[in-house]
Amino acid sequence: MTQELSKQSNRLQDGGRIDRSKPLTFTYNGKQYKGFEGDTLASALLANGVDIVGRSFKYSRPRGIVAAGAEEPNAIMQIGSTEATQIPNVRATQQSLYNGLVASTTNGWPNVDNDLMSWVGKVGGKMMPPGFYYKTFMYPKSMWETYESYIRKAAGLGRAPKENDPDIYDKMNQHCDVLIVGAGPAGLMAALTAARAGARVIIADEQNEFGGSLLSTTEALNGKPAAEWVAEVVEELSGFDDVLMLPNSQVNGYHDHNFLTIQQHCTDQFADRAPNGQIAQRLHRVRAKWVILATGAHERPLVYGNNDLPGCMVANAVSTYINRYGVAPGKDLVLMTSNDNAYRTALDWHDAGRNVVAIVDSRKNPQGTFVEAARERGISILVSSGVIEAHGSKRVTDVSIAPLNEVGDAIVGSVVKMAADTVATSGGWSPVIHLSCHTGARPVWNDDIVGFTPGVTVQKQLTAGAINGAFSTVQVLDEGLSAACDALAHLGLSKPDVVLPEADVIEEGKAMALFHIPHTKPTSKAPKQFVDYQNDVTAAGIELACREGFESIEHVKRYTAMGFGTDQGKLGNINGMAIAAKMLKQTIPETGTTIFRPNYTPVTFGAIAGRDCGELFDPKRYTAMHAWHVERGAKFEDVGQWKRAWYYPQGNETMQEALDRECLATRNSVGILDASTLGKIDIQGKDAREFLGRVYSNAWAKLAVGKCRYGLMCGEDGMVFDDGVTSCLAENHFLMTTTSGGAARVLSWLEIYHQTEWPELEVYFNSVTDHWSTMTISGPNSRKLLEKLTDYDVSKDNMAFMDWKPMTVAGVPARVFRISFTGELSFEINVQANYGLHVWKELFEKGAEFDLTPYGTETMHILRAEKGFIIAGQDTDGSVHPFDLGMSWAVSMQKPFSFIGKRGMQREDCVRENRKQLVGLKTLDPKAVLPEGAQGVLDPKAPIPMPMVGHVTSSYWSANLNRSVAMGFVKGGLDKMGEKVYYPLADGRVIEAEICSPVFLDPKGERQNV
Amino acid sequence: MFHIYCPHCCEYREEEEFHASGQAHIPRPLDPDACTDKEWGEFMYFRANPRGIHHELWVHGAGCRKYFNITRNTHTYEILEVYKVGEKPSVVANEAK
Repeated sequence: MTQELSKQSNRLQDGGRIDRSKPLTFTYNGKQYKGFEGDTLASALLANGVDIVGRSFKYSRPRGIVAAGAEEPNAIMQIGSTEATQIPNVRATQQSLYNGLVASTTNGWPNVDNDLMSWVGKVGGKMMPPGFYYKTFMYPKSMWETYESYIRKAAGLGRAPKENDPDIYDKMNQHCDVLIVGAGPAGLMAALTAARAGARVIIADEQNEFGGSLLSTTEALNGKPAAEWVAEVVEELSGFDDVLMLPNSQVNGYHDHNFLTIQQHCTDQFADRAPNGQIAQRLHRVRAKWVILATGAHERPLVYGNNDLPGCMVANAVSTYINRYGVAPGKDLVLMTSNDNAYRTALDWHDAGRNVVAIVDSRKNPQGTFVEAARERGISILVSSGVIEAHGSKRVTDVSIAPLNEVGDAIVGSVVKMAADTVATSGGWSPVIHLSCHTGARPVWNDDIVGFTPGVTVQKQLTAGAINGAFSTVQVLDEGLSAACDALAHLGLSKPDVVLPEADVIEEGKAMALFHIPHTKPTSKAPKQFVDYQNDVTAAGIELACREGFESIEHVKRYTAMGFGTDQGKLGNINGMAIAAKMLKQTIPETGTTIFRPNYTPVTFGAIAGRDCGELFDPKRYTAMHAWHVERGAKFEDVGQWKRAWYYPQGNETMQEALDRECLATRNSVGILDASTLGKIDIQGKDAREFLGRVYSNAWAKLAVGKCRYGLMCGEDGMVFDDGVTSCLAENHFLMTTTSGGAARVLSWLEIYHQTEWPELEVYFNSVTDHWSTMTISGPNSRKLLEKLTDYDVSKDNMAFMDWKPMTVAGVPARVFRISFTGELSFEINVQANYGLHVWKELFEKGAEFDLTPYGTETMHILRAEKGFIIAGQDTDGSVHPFDLGMSWAVSMQKPFSFIGKRGMQREDCVRENRKQLVGLKTLDPKAVLPEGAQGVLDPKAPIPMPMVGHVTSSYWSANLNRSVAMGFVKGGLDKMGEKVYYPLADGRVIEAEICSPVFLDPKGERQNV
Repeated sequence: MFHIYCPHCCEYREEEEFHASGQAHIPRPLDPDACTDKEWGEFMYFRANPRGIHHELWVHGAGCRKYFNITRNTHTYEILEVYKVGEKPSVVANEAK
């Protein structure tokens, strides 16, 4: 143990919440180090005397750890021992140390200690003022992508893993009476009160153990170390069945209607990979009746020259490292403060046996409990003074201190230099109001605490403790209790028996509002004074932005990048606003504040995705015959969520060879298509027929039982959006079919019209898509095949084209529709889905003698294109009405009810001349197949930009016709039959085509009427 | 994410079960053929976009599949009431200026 300690140069012999009997080994930038259980990565790095943990974003300056929590701006690490377990941008202050942890800095090249890019920072701020990127890299515009990749590399953001994350992430929905955010004194007090009252409580804290500031304070509660009170409360809380305690859990988002998201680190705080069967991280989605925000406050650093040198830290962070982690991150401390509170850091440093060089207090006459304690210890206090600059190259070596005037904005005497390796500063505390802003509440400035507190909200939200500007332990505990009592009253629960623990009484003198320490030189010429470390925003930069005319803090933010990115302005925002306000000669509240947005700290994609990835990303829908298609070697295509057989290659066939074979077999004998994915809607009710007449463009009044009819469905604008065949099953009973992808949309279309416009119609809709298996046999031998499977008379006389009949097929009750999408004699056999595969197999059994050939969606597309049949969504795009499609036969303007689309398609623009109309396109070279999407022109020699007349919508090679077939839009095309249209292609070819009827095969429709 | 009370199911459910269907109370003209192109255009395309009280049509798509109306504050996202199709809202924007 002593050996472990001796290697950790900054580790204290005793004290803290680490377990010195449990050493842990970790790797940082390729070198091995030791820490202890209970350490964070940050405390272990500090214990080992690691000063530089990164290079800055813009200037590549060396940076060290400045804070101890979520507000840390510099120590942003890449974690992971294998490629697949890489996690970028982890704050070292929030990562628990574990054995074998591998961390590296995310920036610095060739390494952080010697960075080649740092010349940028050394040359000086004038090289890279705010707006530098906008001003410099915008020209020429075409070079931006080249610049960007170099800028990103230099910016030092972490990298995403190149391999799949092997871990499991999870989501959980939660409901509770009270969600308490933060398990410091306020949160614990609130949780204890609510729990005792019997409320369902969730309490979450980002840290690995509950207690918040009580884990690093030297104050006592009930006369004992505060941590003992924490332990008692935690033990009591864990005894309640209705209390869920979530350590290592960051409440990252506060959304509408009290919906909050919590990212729980389950195993990634203990291991690189989750142990088998365990979850790495879990996202809790919480709907809380009441929320108590007890998020505490972040200490504000002061802004002075070279305040980003390693060794410059926030005062309270120094205390936390000493008291909680047993680490004194230096030897000689200068503390600069504008308040009493920070004196504790000098006391802790002194009590740890280290040298306090001086306390530099900006106030004239500091008095209070902590000030007296410092005086008792003989610590030198310089009043009315400030640290104006730190000196050193890779770590602070000296500081310059100067006397300040009463308001702290001018130097009023000579500068003295003192040797020190650590500068701790405090400008007061900023309440952590981020979550309270997520739903849009504007924060409110509070002069007493020199900070913003949560504004008025419509959420069922309460706040307690330092978030309200209550900073003493007595006040904080009391606020926790009363917030819980308020919540209980709202919930109708009675207040339980609780007594506040007794806290030390501490007297604190008045703090001074101080943000930016003046320098002997003007800000623009002084050494860089950083406001936002992570985004390299300086006081000079903010002043320049104001001089350049940015008056709104929102604009200053965007121009300088202050508070951007993963930082979200946790340390720097108030200082930046104060500097802008001073420049603009107005108060901070007048300058306004920026609004914080979710998430509070970065969330892994794993936690957001949870289990909704891979196979579970999106449901897949299979037909009952899917296994058969797979066995037959089908290639599949996605149609919505459906997996549809695309084509069935045999042997070494190319796709085109397979399609040619399928097309010829269907037209010469018989082919079969699995059409089960077609949307099917069962429509019943005495007004069903009337309803159909209103939603389809054609007439339905006279469709007899046993008959089928094709219909076009239009929007109120008159444009076609779906089509399909609807059959009359009984007088008040119809079966509507829709496109495979449009089924859900059509059903809600029917529902919305029925429910909101015509509720007086008695009609009911139900999706039956999955209830039926549909197999289409098509081709001259299809009737012969069907006859082998049924005793029913399917002759032309008994079952005409567009009839449907109930019959038994392969021993199974079936509905058979004699409709055709190929132009061939065709039967659509529908059976209950569970019998689908059986009937399909029977068809192949009996179909062998006809060489029954399965065909997929691609052959279906070719066969229908040979016949000029449209596919809604391919040959329509929401901008074409039935007349544009040459389908006036499917519109009945005489119907008594003004059907949906009728008025729309009569608008001025819809009836004008020269609209784009769907026509057939016959290429002069029969072998040339037009690319779908190609734009047509009437004069291929016209100067660029050529006037375009419309695009190709469907185009295929037709083996049956031994030539290409195509359809497309041409302006005024229906009146241009026989004229030429040209398709100039990207490769320089121009394909010439003749405008013709889209029906290339069997124009009289004789094949389907046999 | 909203927490929405379905007036047909009589329960609060998560927004994921619902789907917004635009502004409520846009009746289809009873005699479309009598409308001018302008009137038809107003009916089809023009919608209010108020900051504050707004009446919206929603559907409980993953629940009872029924449509209903919501009065919502578009600024604070508060849902002030839900009511069935055919009913009138009780919370309305103060038009007086």
